[in-house]
Amino acid sequence: MSIRGDHDAVIVGGGHNGLVSAAYLARAGLKVLVLERRHLVGGAAVTQEVFPGFRYSVASYVVSLLRPEIIRDLRLPEHGLDILPLESTLTPLPGGDSLARWSDPDQTRREIARWSPRDADAYADFSRCMYKLAWALKPLLSTVPPNPLRPGVRDAKTIRELARAVRGLDEADFERLFKLTTMSAADFLSEWFETGPLIATMSASGIIGTFAGPRTPGTAYVLLHHYLGEIDGVFRAWGFARGGNGAVSESIASAARSLGAEIRTSAPVEQVITSGGRARGVVLEGGEEIGARVVLSGLDPKRTFLQLLDQSDLPGEFVKSIQRFRIRGSSGKVNLALSELPRFTCLAGAGGSLTRTPGEAETLLRGAISISPSVDYLERAYDDAKYGRFSRRPFMDIVIPSMIDPTMAPPGKHVMSVFVQYAPFALDGGWNRVKRDAFGDAVIDTLAEFAPGLRDIILHRQVMTPLDMQQQMGLTEGNIFHGELTLQQLFLFRPVTGWANFRTPVRGYYQCGSGAHPGGGVCGAPGRLAALEVLRDLKVRRGRS
Amino acid sequence: MSNLPDRSGVSAALPTPLHSRTGPLCRTSNWRRWSGFLAADSYEPSHHREYHAVRAAAALFDISPLFKYRLTGPGARALADRMLTRDVTRLATGRVLYSPWCDARGKIRDDGTLQRLGEDDYRLTSAQPTLGWITDLARGLDVSVSDESEGTAALALQGPLSWKVLAAAGARAIGSPRYFGLTRAPLGGVETWISRTGYTGDLGYELWMPADGACAVWDTLIEAGRDFGIAPAGLAALDIARIEAALPLVHTDYVPAHEALIGAQRSSPFEMGLGWAVDLDKPAFVGKEALRAETGEPPRWRFCGIAIDWDSLERVFWRAGLPPLLPHGAVRSSAPLFHKSRQVGYASSRTWSPVLKSYIGLAHIEASHGPVGTNLEMQITVEHRPARVGVRVVKTPFFNPRRKRATPA
Repeated sequence: MSIRGDHDAVIVGGGHNGLVSAAYLARAGLKVLVLERRHLVGGAAVTQEVFPGFRYSVASYVVSLLRPEIIRDLRLPEHGLDILPLESTLTPLPGGDSLARWSDPDQTRREIARWSPRDADAYADFSRCMYKLAWALKPLLSTVPPNPLRPGVRDAKTIRELARAVRGLDEADFERLFKLTTMSAADFLSEWFETGPLIATMSASGIIGTFAGPRTPGTAYVLLHHYLGEIDGVFRAWGFARGGNGAVSESIASAARSLGAEIRTSAPVEQVITSGGRARGVVLEGGEEIGARVVLSGLDPKRTFLQLLDQSDLPGEFVKSIQRFRIRGSSGKVNLALSELPRFTCLAGAGGSLTRTPGEAETLLRGAISISPSVDYLERAYDDAKYGRFSRRPFMDIVIPSMIDPTMAPPGKHVMSVFVQYAPFALDGGWNRVKRDAFGDAVIDTLAEFAPGLRDIILHRQVMTPLDMQQQMGLTEGNIFHGELTLQQLFLFRPVTGWANFRTPVRGYYQCGSGAHPGGGVCGAPGRLAALEVLRDLKVRRGRS
Repeated sequence: MSNLPDRSGVSAALPTPLHSRTGPLCRTSNWRRWSGFLAADSYEPSHHREYHAVRAAAALFDISPLFKYRLTGPGARALADRMLTRDVTRLATGRVLYSPWCDARGKIRDDGTLQRLGEDDYRLTSAQPTLGWITDLARGLDVSVSDESEGTAALALQGPLSWKVLAAAGARAIGSPRYFGLTRAPLGGVETWISRTGYTGDLGYELWMPADGACAVWDTLIEAGRDFGIAPAGLAALDIARIEAALPLVHTDYVPAHEALIGAQRSSPFEMGLGWAVDLDKPAFVGKEALRAETGEPPRWRFCGIAIDWDSLERVFWRAGLPPLLPHGAVRSSAPLFHKSRQVGYASSRTWSPVLKSYIGLAHIEASHGPVGTNLEMQITVEHRPARVGVRVVKTPFFNPRRKRATPA
């Protein structure tokens, strides 16, 4: 087979992780080519003007986990990355009351004390505890998982370093850490709190992107995963990228290009070319062949192994493990163009025991809004999904990006980003246009219970089902994390035990997407760590820092 | 409002002409005193949103406490030229210039902007009371110097959407003045001078109006800015932005020459990186001879930008078992800088820059250690103990977007 072998590295997929890999490899002086199927880079982190004048973060919509070392190494701020803070979380409740968590701890304490003075104090303790655990676990995010089966010298060193990182924890912290990895989010939180809406809203972090309910064991870890993000040295800080999440991808792409990487869009890769157990390049749809010393895949594990490779290139056990890898899609996304700000009953001063000032109401509309009034509500939403239906009354995580970055919509108008769960990929009877509309209606109907009049201000609505996300963005089953973030699929086990170090059974073929350690959430760590492993194998220095 | 503080009298903390607006908005009562006036440090519990409004939307600052002097008459230009280190004679009507001014030793007293409002009509802003000094300087010139500090209120509207706000507020017809340009427009029925200037290094405007019209202008801007994410912003946000723009702050980055107790506290424009603003070719100005003499010898100090190395910061905190603690806002206390064991300077301001994701500072450094790229160490305190972190001299301004000089349409 004769192919052009003029690239050091070819990267399949121009999502944020593929772009991060490209930038790090180019920085080390390699000749890098990124091949993206779509007409734009970013994968699931894209901003598109779907309706004239209104810019949607079509799928992923907030930033927290993006590794600070990547922002520094790649100088992303110089390439346009600007993260604006999301400072509050509002949980509207039936009847017009609401629970808010603010950026100011005293304000949050008073807010929670309306329900339970005990919880108000516990909230501060809980935050400190999670902070400590996040600080202890932070090194994991920048560590190549060791091989527990055949530990080499480097693996042993990694294990020692991780042990040192958790040394600062006391017995109580260890117990909590164990509980976090095994318990359900709702059970774990109920050990700390008694206020229903508080437990529900906090436990919602444990189910995002996961086909599980708040009472499903293992969901507490996903909760912790959401505390690992940091912005400006503050853990658990969440932000909104100016220009939407596409701006994150574009800043990484710009950095990669400035470092010499080439990015080709509308260039779908059909297969990875192998010979003698080694990757030699890729072939595009249409037949163009591109040779490379190494190939990296930013696609999810199913696609990386079962679609891009000839399965005879992989050991049978490995194929089975990838087939077992859980990647069930559980969420959808609804993006709305609004002619004016929605009026939430709980912010209008009507009903409830608390009247919020106009200033406070405005502040809360700049933060996250969580439709998670009770654990039962969330669990019922999951019940629907368990039996193949979308939630009739779903959990929703909402932001109004135009309140944070006014350029997302024309003056005075707004965009609303609604993350919706549950929308199972495996819908009874399958997804089609009618079901998509019905799903969109369920979202609007539920939301209108908390913000009456919403229907009248909708100028445009984009509904993304898990099938849409699979078809448009190449997320298998529409799973936003490239595979669930449950313990048996994390760290040493992501995606397959023994292959968590970004390598694959095919020499010269690497995994650099969210299906690799430490997982998804616009974190970039898989892309960075994979690139550093490639450089190690190619015996190339990391490049200038 | 009847419960407002009295605007007359000799209080140490007078309200500004905008207090009836800023007072109720300052939910935290987080006030600072600025030249004897109440100035909001931050309106909200944290300054984050106010800061981000400067960089992503539009922020509105009450800068009325600035001192403002009006120089009028045939000798106005000569007076300004005698005072400032820059050549004022070429300043056209409708233009503004920034300049420091010095004492006879060629050391900086203060810095500010000079607006040419008309043929023989100038407005000078300063950080400190300067009336007596200017009046002395005006001897023999046919010029009248008046203090309009209290009669004229001032607002700064800064940020990438500031022109959109201003246009929506009524300035669309006259168009945006060019960078360091000056124009006039009625805003909220009040005749307002609009200068394309600011203290943030972003797209922005400063507005000058009669004190009794200030609230009408404020209301108009807030109303017009609603669709553009306008935020009233305080000094905490301003302080971060001006460090990012590498703009020095009097009393923090330099001591006014006439207040210095020892010679080492004084800085010349050359030592402050303001050599570009010294015009030794013009006939005469205060400090000229000393400044000319200074050009004959290599500068002793440089005013530089530094970036604190993250890895070394993380390392010193890691040794104490802590995550790196970043300052919550701008730090106005001095931190010594070392080359090996010898102190070679000090950082006079520093801040975490949210927009640059970098810990930066402004520093006085011995000239030989001042070139961009020089590696030094800065002393900080980690868990009550001194520790040293790596810093590198970097180019300034740290943040310098193209829109800073743009003329939006």
